Amino acid sequence: MIEALHVRTRRLLHRVLTRPRVDLPLALGLLLLAGTGLTTLYSAADGSFPLVGGQAMRFGLGFALLLLVSRIPPSVLRNWTPWLYAGSTFLLIVVAVLGEGRGADRWLNLGVMRFQPSELVKLTMPMMVAWYLHPRQLPPGWKDIAMVGILIAIPAALIAKQPDLGTALLVAAAGAFALFLSGMAWWRIGLLLGSAAAMVPVIWHLPVIHQYQRDRVLTLLNPESDPLGNGWHIIQSQIAVGSGGVFGKGWMHSSQSRLDFLPEHTTDFIFAVYSEEFGLVGVCLMMALYAFIIGRCLWIAMEARDTYSRLLAGAIGMSLFVYVFVNGGMVSGMLPVVGVPMPLVSYGGTSAVTLLTGFGMLMSIHAHRKRHD
Amino acid sequence: MKLQRSIKDARSESELFRRRALAGFALILLGLIGLIGRYVILQVQRYDEFATRSQNNQVKPIPIPPARGLIYDRNGVLLANNVPAFRLEVVPEQVKDMQAMLARLGQVIPLGQDDLDAFRKQLKQSRRFESVPLKMRLTEDEIDRFAVNRWRFPGVDVVPYLNRRYPLGELFAHVIGYVSRIDADDLARLDPARYKGTTHVGRIGLERSYEDILHGTPGYQLVEVNADGRTQRVLQTHVATPGQNIYLSIDARIQKAAEQAFDGRPGAAVAIDPRNGQVLAMVSVPTYDPNLFVDGISHADYGALTGSPDKPLLNRALRGVYPPGSTVKPYVALGGLELGLRTPQDTVLSTGTFYIPGQSRGYRDDRRGGFGTVDLRKAIMWSVNTYFYKLALDMGIDRFSAWMGRFGFGKPTGIDLEGEASGILPSREWKAKRFKQGWYPGETVIAGIGQGYWAVTPLQLAHALATLAGRGVPYAPRLVMATQTGVDAPRLPLPNPPSGPSLVTNQASWQAVEQGMQLVVNDPRGTGYGLGRGFPYTIAGKSGTAERYSRRTDAYNENKNLAYLASRHRAWFEMFAPAENPRIAVVVVLEQGAWGASSAGPIARKILDAWLATQPDAPPDTPLPPEGSRSAPAPAPAASLPDVPEDEPAEAATQETPP
Repeated sequence: MIEALHVRTRRLLHRVLTRPRVDLPLALGLLLLAGTGLTTLYSAADGSFPLVGGQAMRFGLGFALLLLVSRIPPSVLRNWTPWLYAGSTFLLIVVAVLGEGRGADRWLNLGVMRFQPSELVKLTMPMMVAWYLHPRQLPPGWKDIAMVGILIAIPAALIAKQPDLGTALLVAAAGAFALFLSGMAWWRIGLLLGSAAAMVPVIWHLPVIHQYQRDRVLTLLNPESDPLGNGWHIIQSQIAVGSGGVFGKGWMHSSQSRLDFLPEHTTDFIFAVYSEEFGLVGVCLMMALYAFIIGRCLWIAMEARDTYSRLLAGAIGMSLFVYVFVNGGMVSGMLPVVGVPMPLVSYGGTSAVTLLTGFGMLMSIHAHRKRHD
Repeated sequence: MKLQRSIKDARSESELFRRRALAGFALILLGLIGLIGRYVILQVQRYDEFATRSQNNQVKPIPIPPARGLIYDRNGVLLANNVPAFRLEVVPEQVKDMQAMLARLGQVIPLGQDDLDAFRKQLKQSRRFESVPLKMRLTEDEIDRFAVNRWRFPGVDVVPYLNRRYPLGELFAHVIGYVSRIDADDLARLDPARYKGTTHVGRIGLERSYEDILHGTPGYQLVEVNADGRTQRVLQTHVATPGQNIYLSIDARIQKAAEQAFDGRPGAAVAIDPRNGQVLAMVSVPTYDPNLFVDGISHADYGALTGSPDKPLLNRALRGVYPPGSTVKPYVALGGLELGLRTPQDTVLSTGTFYIPGQSRGYRDDRRGGFGTVDLRKAIMWSVNTYFYKLALDMGIDRFSAWMGRFGFGKPTGIDLEGEASGILPSREWKAKRFKQGWYPGETVIAGIGQGYWAVTPLQLAHALATLAGRGVPYAPRLVMATQTGVDAPRLPLPNPPSGPSLVTNQASWQAVEQGMQLVVNDPRGTGYGLGRGFPYTIAGKSGTAERYSRRTDAYNENKNLAYLASRHRAWFEMFAPAENPRIAVVVVLEQGAWGASSAGPIARKILDAWLATQPDAPPDTPLPPEGSRSAPAPAPAASLPDVPEDEPAEAATQETPP
């Protein structure tokens, strides 16, 4: 039995290494992005090699997971989906009950490593919505939309309560994109978005919104009011971006982060360093790269064989946009400061590993695409 | 059917998805273009503005830590203040070779091993561009020498700060505690915005429990810095809001008298105003100098404190647990009356030994042959065990522990300090939980005289006594009575409403117990006779002597050597005054006292004397006639009672001491 398992594992490893089932354009895009990320990190971290090395190791782990997950057929993923969703939601509850973390309780201590269940939900959420919509009549009616709404709301609320508004937003967006892609009627989308917009003033005053979260939005409108905290971030980040100009100051020449005027310049605000060093040209190239990756994901989704694969692949690809838009908006002082990283560029392992695992699923979906015959 | 539909729909679904994906991609492209638009605004349209600001970006905000609130006693005596001082700080990022720099710096300013150890520890915990304190409290000579050599040490600077000092040092160490350097654990629990630039945080005592009030809100300065990061010019200053001052209800004079009364013998005393729960004095002997801890205590000093057999760091008032012995008797007596099991006139015959009906094991009285027929008042006066053995047995353990629990035994009193011990209130539930055993009647018997599983802290007993003295109205003990937002601002009293309804429903019951306690101090036959001599108010009290070890031989019964007994006993005395209208309740415990009344009693009396001196309306201090009971109502008929043969009636006298 064990012998058989051993043989199977070895065969799987062999296949992963010798015949990776990857979509080459997507893989190249991701590698290019990761390389740019490491280059920028090297500059932002002031040439700190351990930091860059650590990040490279995480990328290594992430790409290994990508290759491994790419071997799991979408049908297997689909069968696991309800369990993965229930398990990750359960972990969120565990964290809510006995989590430990700095101020915000997001982490679960596994003894050897600390682990953030909300990262897991970023993947299980689009999987679950796709799983739910897969057998249904599409486009979905109000009943199915309401069910999906509940599936999204439970984990999103648990994450928002941690409080981690940024991740809650990403998770909810991933689920919502799956719903959008399933063909939910435009008028229904308009109605929901319209009423949500009308609810904003009410939600603003609800006690679930922390005062510091309100402060962050208010700080955005008037950064000078909080020069020690978030206002400082916003002002310094804008100076960094703006002073980069069209062509940038050049690699390793970001004066803002060098003199420590820019806080968090390796993590959430790394894109400010990038913009300062590579200018508007660099920003456009980076955006083009992200657009290419998202477009390729959507193309893979269109080629996919069944509804589940289509919705999952599309939702993962589209949620990458939320990362980029929210982080890019935050760095340029357009959106409030929330903890959303620039994907594969910001320092920090968990989100990179999650993202690459998600792309592993895309690779698998690509491998099992429709035959054009 | 379902299969057919899914086949039929597959094509249109796929087509629907294709349209949606294209629409989604179009929206995403729009979003990304919008985002690029924002960067165009910043990087093209406003480029000149930001390029200039980046060039001139030499302005940094420097946090200004708030001055910590001061601590005063109830009369405004300063107990904790802030003294301007200078410290040496290092910004690790600006030092090329830390090891060599420290060696060179050590030739200019002597650096102790403790300084270096603390610095290295903090260096590991902080970020490279954050300055790390290297040496606190520089002397003027050191500051001058560094100023001359400053150019040799980029990244090292002398920084002014406010250093916490405790002028009365040891006297308030167990109450106020101390602040100490913020460490990695503190960083995880403190709000970084409020603690920017702050180096110290309340570690223990009131400094910790009132941290939020004492700390204040930081301000900031906008300063121009040069390429080394050194400040060139201050552009703007936003002042910090200092923390609030706090006023203790403790009177430093009473506190001092209490500590001196112990004369260095280990023990604790707590005095509480029964009318509002305010603590008037709280001492734990021996004590320590809190100033040693502020900037990190040296290994030698710390070793001396932790190695001392008298444990000076232990707050005995708050955390020391001792068997209460006979001090619980007045509370048990009140329970008998309030629960309707006794009237003050009911008598019990004390023969010297008490037997549970049907059992052969005897429970001793303190006098061979017993005290004869005693009522409630005499039972308290003489501390007659038999009376309380029987009363406890009649109550039964469940009613007994429920009643005593109302005085706060077995749980924290809710004082405004952290780390209070709960003690043990004997109960069926407690024993079942602790030993997984049932309850035996014999254990009820000895619980009635404060022996057995009982364990109380001096603070708990003082809380219970204050509740009793205040005619049953319980107040959580409070050390801080008021706060103040500035030196000239009015004091804002902190309200402390009663923590529950009164325990006393019948004033006559209360008076009977109070009279019994008066007899203890004022009747020639009382166990504490003489302690009230010369005091203008009537004092009510009760002694307690609890054994530290179980008796194994008869040596105890023969040996009257006081030093020997002291090594075996914990001595308690509780007293309150004026008896009819109590304003102060005092509890004293001596860890090694021969007898409660003779060892702990005089300490309690000295505390009352010190309190009296602080009372503006005190009547003239006329000594009592040696025999007379002054203003107290005459005790119940005494002539018919036998005389007390011994000077010092022993109280703790079970034949076996429970586990």
